[in-house]
Amino acid sequence: MTKSVTINVNRADRHAEVEPRLLLVHFLREVAGLTGTHVGCETSLCGACTVLLDGRAVKSCTVLALQADGRKVTTVEGLAQGDALHPIQQGFWEEHGLQCGFCTPGMIMCSHDLLQHHPNPTDAEIREGINGNLCRCTGYQNIVVAVKNASRKMSRRGAAGAGAR
Amino acid sequence: MPARATDKAKTNGKSAHWVGKKLKRKEDPRLIQGISHYTDDFKLAGMLSCAFARSPHAHAEIIAVRTDAAKALPGVVAVFTSADTMALGPVPCAMQMPDLKTPRHPVLATGRVRYAGEPVAVVVAHDLYTARDAAELVQVDYQPLPVVTNMEKALSGDTPYVHEEFKSNKAFTHTLKNGDVDAAFKKADRIVKQRMLNQRLVPMAMEPRAVLAEYLPGENRLTVWSSTQIPHLLKTQISVMVGLPETAVRVIAPEVGGGFGSKLNVYGEEGIVPWLSMKLGKPVKWAETRRENFAATIHGRDTINDVELALKKDGTILGLRARILADLGAYHQLLTPLIPQLTALMHAGCYKIPAIQIDIVGVFTNKMSTDAYRGAGRPEATYNVERIMDRAAQELGLDPTAFRLKNFPQPKEFPYTTITGLTYDSAKYQESLARALKLSGYDALRRRQKSGWKSGKYYGIGIATYVEICAIGPSAATPAGGWESGTVRIEPTAKVTLLTGASPHGQGEETTFAQLVADELGIDPDDVNVIHGDTLAVPYGIGTFGSRATAVGGTAAYMATQKLKAKMATLAAHLLGVKPADITIGRGRLSAKGGKKSIAFGELVMAAYTARNIPPGFEPGLEATHFFEPSNFTFPFGCHVCAVEVDLETGEVKIEKYVAVDDCGNVINPMLVDGQIHGGIAQGMGQAMWEEAIYNDDGQLVTGTLMDYAIPKAHLLPEFTLDRTVTPSPVNPMGVKGVGEAGTIASTACVVNAVVDALAPLGVRHIDMPLKPERVWNAIQAAQSSPAPGAPKKPAAKVVSGRRRA
Repeated sequence: MTKSVTINVNRADRHAEVEPRLLLVHFLREVAGLTGTHVGCETSLCGACTVLLDGRAVKSCTVLALQADGRKVTTVEGLAQGDALHPIQQGFWEEHGLQCGFCTPGMIMCSHDLLQHHPNPTDAEIREGINGNLCRCTGYQNIVVAVKNASRKMSRRGAAGAGAR
Repeated sequence: MPARATDKAKTNGKSAHWVGKKLKRKEDPRLIQGISHYTDDFKLAGMLSCAFARSPHAHAEIIAVRTDAAKALPGVVAVFTSADTMALGPVPCAMQMPDLKTPRHPVLATGRVRYAGEPVAVVVAHDLYTARDAAELVQVDYQPLPVVTNMEKALSGDTPYVHEEFKSNKAFTHTLKNGDVDAAFKKADRIVKQRMLNQRLVPMAMEPRAVLAEYLPGENRLTVWSSTQIPHLLKTQISVMVGLPETAVRVIAPEVGGGFGSKLNVYGEEGIVPWLSMKLGKPVKWAETRRENFAATIHGRDTINDVELALKKDGTILGLRARILADLGAYHQLLTPLIPQLTALMHAGCYKIPAIQIDIVGVFTNKMSTDAYRGAGRPEATYNVERIMDRAAQELGLDPTAFRLKNFPQPKEFPYTTITGLTYDSAKYQESLARALKLSGYDALRRRQKSGWKSGKYYGIGIATYVEICAIGPSAATPAGGWESGTVRIEPTAKVTLLTGASPHGQGEETTFAQLVADELGIDPDDVNVIHGDTLAVPYGIGTFGSRATAVGGTAAYMATQKLKAKMATLAAHLLGVKPADITIGRGRLSAKGGKKSIAFGELVMAAYTARNIPPGFEPGLEATHFFEPSNFTFPFGCHVCAVEVDLETGEVKIEKYVAVDDCGNVINPMLVDGQIHGGIAQGMGQAMWEEAIYNDDGQLVTGTLMDYAIPKAHLLPEFTLDRTVTPSPVNPMGVKGVGEAGTIASTACVVNAVVDALAPLGVRHIDMPLKPERVWNAIQAAQSSPAPGAPKKPAAKVVSGRRRA
């Protein structure tokens, strides 16, 4: 038994017949072919699979593809505009906010949600905001600096939502 | 293309010096855009998925395995059990020791299962979901057997054996002894002793393991993508496991999402998945679930330590004795028995200790194997040493910093030979201690501590002065070669390809190695492309672990570059009509002494390839390889200071300040070095405060999910304040030492020292990790209910009974 879904992924509609139990993360990776969204635990505890669903961060390993039917999903691949990196991506690069890079797409998408709602977060607010996303490499210190860097860039541009809505 | 990594660092077109610069990483653009490829991101035509049926029992006889139901599920291609895989494997262990018992370690459990999570059958299907469904349909009849998870019980007379054939759970014994230990303890004014548990940890790389294999019978070519730290060693072992000539096997470690030692291994799955692709004629992929990662990827630490220190009244150390039980788990993985030996070696710490004896017993239990986890034996040693130093200072009524200073070797004594037989390359322990004290405001922290007592506030200050053994290492001291390879090839268009055998998994070698080669050739790091992880492209190498990549692999690249420079100078001298010794390379040119004659870098490179005008005997092309064999390990060191407040009512520990002054020799990219320290501290702090892999008496890993196993989250950690001293290593020409594990090695002891220091006025002398509120609260209660809580500065009575070993 399959169901028909249409999910708008990074501004393009993706249609597929899927098993009702198919997770959104597997839809993105296997059906849409976007492997930037990573599977780290399949229990919504590590955050590596974080994407935006209608603009809000969700852990795509605990969302069914069916639940995203007719909705908009933004993955890390959808942030840069052509050659121009999103300010959050720039922040992570400039401040060495990543090492192995596996948690990074989820961390960036989570930060995106955070900065949408708290454009000028304090260090403590950033640490609270990303505490559902695990990183084993950085000790989070440079991730905090990276998000602050991005927050400055985004306020300067007055475009806190650039790249994804 | 996004902006290049070097854009910011360029200085008005002038040639820059790249080593020492905070260069943005070359690997980041692909990672931050989600367009790089980890093993699970590859999809090959006709690819099948596999999943494992694993034992729910820690110890059981396998009576029967029925695979009919699994095979009947639509979409299932095949199911295999140990009956099918007898010719495959076994899972290798690289260690040989005189009395080491090495059980056969089958890729699929044969006859018996010996830990919960051991693979029993493998299911292959057209898609992942079907494979996992079918794995649950594999029916296994088990006859449960008595389980042993406690090391002391495992060594007692009343224990089941993990491996019946050995009639013992003692896997090995190892003694390191030097100096007159008995005399040292006889003449001691004081003996301080402490039993300390170093709990079992889960490495928890964010990317679980993954293996993809494709076998092409026509070409007799097996290609294996694996999330590994050691692609070349894995290639050799896969060829042995599956029975193909090594020349037919190619291993690719693509993007690797963290390792921390857990991927410095050869796992059964890395044998089975290639075997499946050969058997079925289709590419096969396995992606480990997090639950499997907890149960069946190696664990770290898990030792019981009885440590004693013999002292003179004035604080001079006379001797150290330790008896260590090391839980190896049920089987040996690649380096399982090696890790406790590294612990033994590092028990001199950064102190002058005239006599030492370390006795280690490796113990089999019904648990997952332990093996290298970030620090691999050294954090255990540093924890024992740094805790016992604090205990000693406390007993003698000395400030822990004064006590340490009294026992450090002086800078002029280096290279310093330790009582454990190591030669420490270079160090200034006094300098890093002084700097850390200043940076942390140590004196002010001590003043606040004292005033806190009046208002019922309990502040603690922890110190850890550490030394670690890195750049592993000279081949004579390692089981599988301690050298590393580097190949530098200047392409005809003057772009440089660097092939390194050190296979990174987040360390940023594509950037740092490009920096060092760029400096040597006087070119831009953006023109140096660092290739790693593909055994068909890269000459044989050892891999990235043991804080060795830069000190050994970077040096190999450096040495290969020197060979090329000599060759280029020969050609330039020929073309310019001067002597090779008069040629210098820099700023994109090769220039003769005096500066009048020169040739552009690109022009010289082209001349080496067109080869129309070359000196007699000159070999065309520009490629050089160097296999660098280090003459010694390197010994990075430093001092960390931690300030905490402990809430007596709840047992909660608040880490208020964390200062780290590390010395890893010369620094290639300070931003990346700081990043390594940050992550290391977080992991060490994780052990001190939160992390614990707990097996119950039935051998079930009760902390087997991320809900139960607490790795540090962002809001739990303080901001770290870093500084460094620079004491170049004489062991390699770049003077680098290595930094990957430093933070982990220092921080665990530092945090525990701080918490015990806070509670010392109550009479608390030690609390075992992790310092969960419950455990701290219980320690406070126990101390407060004892008849005579010790005063903060009053030395305790001499330990009379301490002359006999505990």
